Amino acid sequence: MKNTVFFGTLATGALLAGIAAAGTLDDVKARGVLNCGVHTGLTGFGAPDANGDYQGFDVDICKAVAAAIFGDQSKVKYVPTTGETRFTALASGEVDLLVRTSTWTYSRDTDLKFDWAGVNYYDGQGFMVRKDLGVSSAKELDGATICIQTGTTTELNLADYFKSNNIKYTPVTVADDADAQRQFLAGACDAYTTDASGLAASRATLPKPDDYVILPEIISKEPLGPLVRHGDNNWGDIVRWTFYALLAAEEKGITKANIEEVASSTTDPEVRRILGIEGDEGKMMGLDNNWAKNAIAANGNYGEIFEANIGSATPIKLARGLNALWTQGGLQYSPPFR
Amino acid sequence: MQFTRTEMLPPQPPPVSQSGAVKWVRENLFSGPLNTILTLLSILVVYYLLNLSLPWLLHGVWNASSLTECRTIIAANFGPDAGGGCWAMIHARWYQWIFGFYPPEVYWRPILNFGLLFVAMAPILFSDNLRGSVKLVGTVAVLTIIALTLAQGPWWVFALCSALMLASVAVALLAPRYLLVATVLYPFATVWLLWGGSIWGPVTAMLGFVVLVLVYRPLSPRLGVVMATSLAVVAAAIWWGVLDSYVAAALEQVVSLSIQPVESDKFGGFLLAFLIGVSSISISLPIGILLALGRQSDMFLIKTLSVAFIEFVRGVPLITMLFTASLLLQYFLPPQVQFDLILRVIILVTLFSAAYNAEVIRGGLAALPKGQYEAADALGMDYWQAQRLIIMPQALKVSIPGIVSTFIGLFKDTTLVSFVGLQDPLRGITTIVRADINWKGIYWEPYIFVGVIFFAACYGMSRYSLYLERKLHTDHR
Amino acid sequence: MAVANDLPKPEFRLSALIYDTRYRAITIQVIVLILALLFAAWLMENVRSNLALKGKDIDFSFLWRRAGYDIGQHLIPYTNDSPHIRAAFVGLINTMVVAVVASILSTILGVFLGVLRLSKNWIVSRLVGVYVEMFRNVPLLLWIILTSAIFSESRPQPKDFKVIDGVAKADMSFWNSVAITNRSSNVPMPVLDRPLPTIDTPWFSISTSLVAIAVLLGASIWANRLLLRRATAIQQATGLRPTTWWQSTAILIVPTLAALIAMGFHLDYPVFKGFNFQGGLSFDHAFTSLTISLTLYYAAVTAEIVRSGIQAISRGQSEAAFALGLRPGRVMSLIILPQALRVIIPPMISQWLSLTKDTSLGIAVSYLDLRGTLGGITLNQTGRELECMVLMMMIYLIISLIISAIANAYNSSVKLKER
Repeated sequence: MKNTVFFGTLATGALLAGIAAAGTLDDVKARGVLNCGVHTGLTGFGAPDANGDYQGFDVDICKAVAAAIFGDQSKVKYVPTTGETRFTALASGEVDLLVRTSTWTYSRDTDLKFDWAGVNYYDGQGFMVRKDLGVSSAKELDGATICIQTGTTTELNLADYFKSNNIKYTPVTVADDADAQRQFLAGACDAYTTDASGLAASRATLPKPDDYVILPEIISKEPLGPLVRHGDNNWGDIVRWTFYALLAAEEKGITKANIEEVASSTTDPEVRRILGIEGDEGKMMGLDNNWAKNAIAANGNYGEIFEANIGSATPIKLARGLNALWTQGGLQYSPPFR
Repeated sequence: MQFTRTEMLPPQPPPVSQSGAVKWVRENLFSGPLNTILTLLSILVVYYLLNLSLPWLLHGVWNASSLTECRTIIAANFGPDAGGGCWAMIHARWYQWIFGFYPPEVYWRPILNFGLLFVAMAPILFSDNLRGSVKLVGTVAVLTIIALTLAQGPWWVFALCSALMLASVAVALLAPRYLLVATVLYPFATVWLLWGGSIWGPVTAMLGFVVLVLVYRPLSPRLGVVMATSLAVVAAAIWWGVLDSYVAAALEQVVSLSIQPVESDKFGGFLLAFLIGVSSISISLPIGILLALGRQSDMFLIKTLSVAFIEFVRGVPLITMLFTASLLLQYFLPPQVQFDLILRVIILVTLFSAAYNAEVIRGGLAALPKGQYEAADALGMDYWQAQRLIIMPQALKVSIPGIVSTFIGLFKDTTLVSFVGLQDPLRGITTIVRADINWKGIYWEPYIFVGVIFFAACYGMSRYSLYLERKLHTDHR
Repeated sequence: MAVANDLPKPEFRLSALIYDTRYRAITIQVIVLILALLFAAWLMENVRSNLALKGKDIDFSFLWRRAGYDIGQHLIPYTNDSPHIRAAFVGLINTMVVAVVASILSTILGVFLGVLRLSKNWIVSRLVGVYVEMFRNVPLLLWIILTSAIFSESRPQPKDFKVIDGVAKADMSFWNSVAITNRSSNVPMPVLDRPLPTIDTPWFSISTSLVAIAVLLGASIWANRLLLRRATAIQQATGLRPTTWWQSTAILIVPTLAALIAMGFHLDYPVFKGFNFQGGLSFDHAFTSLTISLTLYYAAVTAEIVRSGIQAISRGQSEAAFALGLRPGRVMSLIILPQALRVIIPPMISQWLSLTKDTSLGIAVSYLDLRGTLGGITLNQTGRELECMVLMMMIYLIISLIISAIANAYNSSVKLKER
């Protein structure tokens, strides 16, 4: 905190100024806390609870990265971002890492100059309609009124989908998920479109979930994942491999509960490398050798995080689907730790 | 024999139609066909509104742990089709609407700070009304102490805070002029109480102002106000920029006086609304005065700059200023300087309200008769003496109602900060509570709750503003 | 500033720049100018280095790229293939539409309420008082959110209008012409069967029929004024005013009506088809609720302005008018209101200005105005925050400056010529 200066009365203790160091990792270490951009409030993915502690599927990625760096998952400062402010927050350096159900697209990667460190949730845009509307396919939605959140990729996908199928729709733009849900419930729109995970979460909390169906069409690919700025590859590697460590842990059967036991008894060389028992993997990125062990120990492996926040035991009841491991027919696949 | 009444008869009551309620009703409600129609229409409107909202309000549930439970209870008590408010969510989460994510064990700090706010403002709000100021400070002291008993914290904190509040009452009673000391110290106390950390930060920051005064005093007779002020500001800037942090660190080494630091991202709810509102309006006042003077200046360049600034800020919506704070301000600062979002928002909102205050104060300046300026000139005062001793005291007094209404507007507009991701009470905290799976799907209750608090606060302030206007009115008639 | 030196000072010394009031003003201005320029240069340099750090540049060419998103309410032709700049233009029009409609409605309602506020009828004045306080003391944002929620919660769904076995769950209002569902308000649309040709420009198309009708109407009004002026002249010459009302009516109505009939004017009623109402004019609730809440909120503010304006007229004025034997209605319209208007209009114009700026709160109901298109989706999709924000602020600034220019012109024209 040597660089902290006090600009008079205004900013005492709250003005953070630092000379931009060579790498994000050094900044984060010097600051002693990871700045992580999250959702202002999305059930299951990232929202503060009654005590103001952030919880959720995305938030657990932040915690894992903090654990990998500091060995302490609580050293995270959560910066709530809206759909409109999120990318600027990352670009301006206000956050080191953005995990806010953000879709990986070509233009965001190249034009906005961000790097996605992985895909923590394979999603796709879908439609939810009332059962008594008698619609079984999105192609039958000609002339329908569709509720859609602004500031996301969904509105572009929607326009493209209806255009390519040569059918018409009336968009009803809504500000956030709560508003969309209310309008849809009141019948202000025939269909509600957003990521399928969001639809499932909304449907689960409607008063009579069985009255609503999610249409089979998934009209877009929405790979959601943690992202960092261009220009600091080491930092991108840390986030990327922290995430892959969680995946590898699930593949290797390392859980939060048995991690110590595995560490002391395993003979699998890859597990030994992941857990930092042999090799110098951590040092290559400027971290401790037990970085991955800390990340996994924080909230468990990928599967555990999934089940705890959005899995079938939670009210959101999302199935693993595409997000199952590759060994179980899904897309989640970690490159080898070697 | 003649019968003569020796006593006066008691006066008969007037006919029913000419007295009491009936007369009042006839004269006020049914004095003509148009009036009768209006009355009936009004009654209809009131009935319709009550019919719509009363059952829903009366069916409210206060104790439940989730929205589903609320719905079950209402269905069990009032039948399956009855609607009702689920106030249980407010019961469960009210503290987040008030304090945001401020750590519960130090709730006493914002509470004390809020109480001290009124102590600090009493000498300004009731400048020549001793009883009013005593009444205000007394009420606030009692309320603060009650609120403190409800908050957590060690007993000595409670004792210390209560003693502080009672001392303020004593000062207000015995030596009201010394309340101004509280006014001067308040900004520094706020920073320390809300953000915590070492006390030496605010203290050394305050020393910067002492440096400013120490440099200004001897120089001003020789160099004139403008030059002396510039030099003093440079000296203070050197203090703040270079020496301040070292002195603070050294003092912290010697005597460590620190309280638990709280980061800005923990601020939310009405705490945030008041913080943004109060700090913006108070920092913007001096800027507003300078801008108003600049706008009236004879110097072409200064006038142009002031007018350009004021018209620019007044010409764009507040929400674009907030987006500027969130998206653009970083572009205009050196790459290595980073403010957190709350400070950026406060800076932009301060600039915003400075322009509005400048216009209010310009109105106050315009309301002064020309004779006041001429009299000051005749006494041989220079510009700054005239402003300080003659013009500003009168102009500011006339401007206070306008400033209060600017503040009300600003306070209501702090709800807009949710669009840049801050946790304002209206949308920010509400979104967060709704993201909880237990309360997902709830809609009206949080808005009603927040609306009622806003109404109470703003209505109180507008009443005060009215009282002040009436008082000023008689002075000038 | 007083110039207080009588002694002529022939020689100029450097210290005079500080001590001599004649030169000091110049010194100060030069210093301020240097500081301002330095400050501006500092900002520019920061912007430059920040952009360099992020590998960005300032480039407005994205405005001509395909926008790719749809806008529900567009008054000029727009598809998702249109460029971003056209989307911004659509947004600007949407902003202006809400601003104009809400300004007009809130002024009418506000004047009405302001007069009622002073009514002797206890219950009416109290009710208006409650209304005014309620709206003024609660954030506008809350009213916008609530209005929008009330629309979608309290109105029936479109499918309830479907006639099943001769019965529909919900009926259309106003003799089956207006349908307010929970997703939009559908009203009849005036349609011309035989319209005049339209002139297409790249930005908008001009309907010559509309222009023709406007010209015709203008001509009628002008003719009517001639008629009235003649009547006044006769009145002043003979003391008797000829009856003109039927002539006025004929002049005002007949030509326009004839033109409309010639062009085949009729109303296109909304009809329920498929998912929703087809035909007629359909207003999104984002638009309706934003307009209504702005109207209600600013009507409360206007009511207070009108009330204080009327109360500012001294009682002597109305007493004098009563003494002349004028009836209460006449006192209001001939004596009080003309004087009160002088007090009322300036704050009213500034209210219209704030209302225009507050249309940006349409963000809460996702109304796609200038902020929603240029400062919202376009900004978000292209990541050009600097360019979008600067452009958006400039446009808002220009709108505001135009309104204040009108206000200043008005103020100087009605200023009391007194000492």
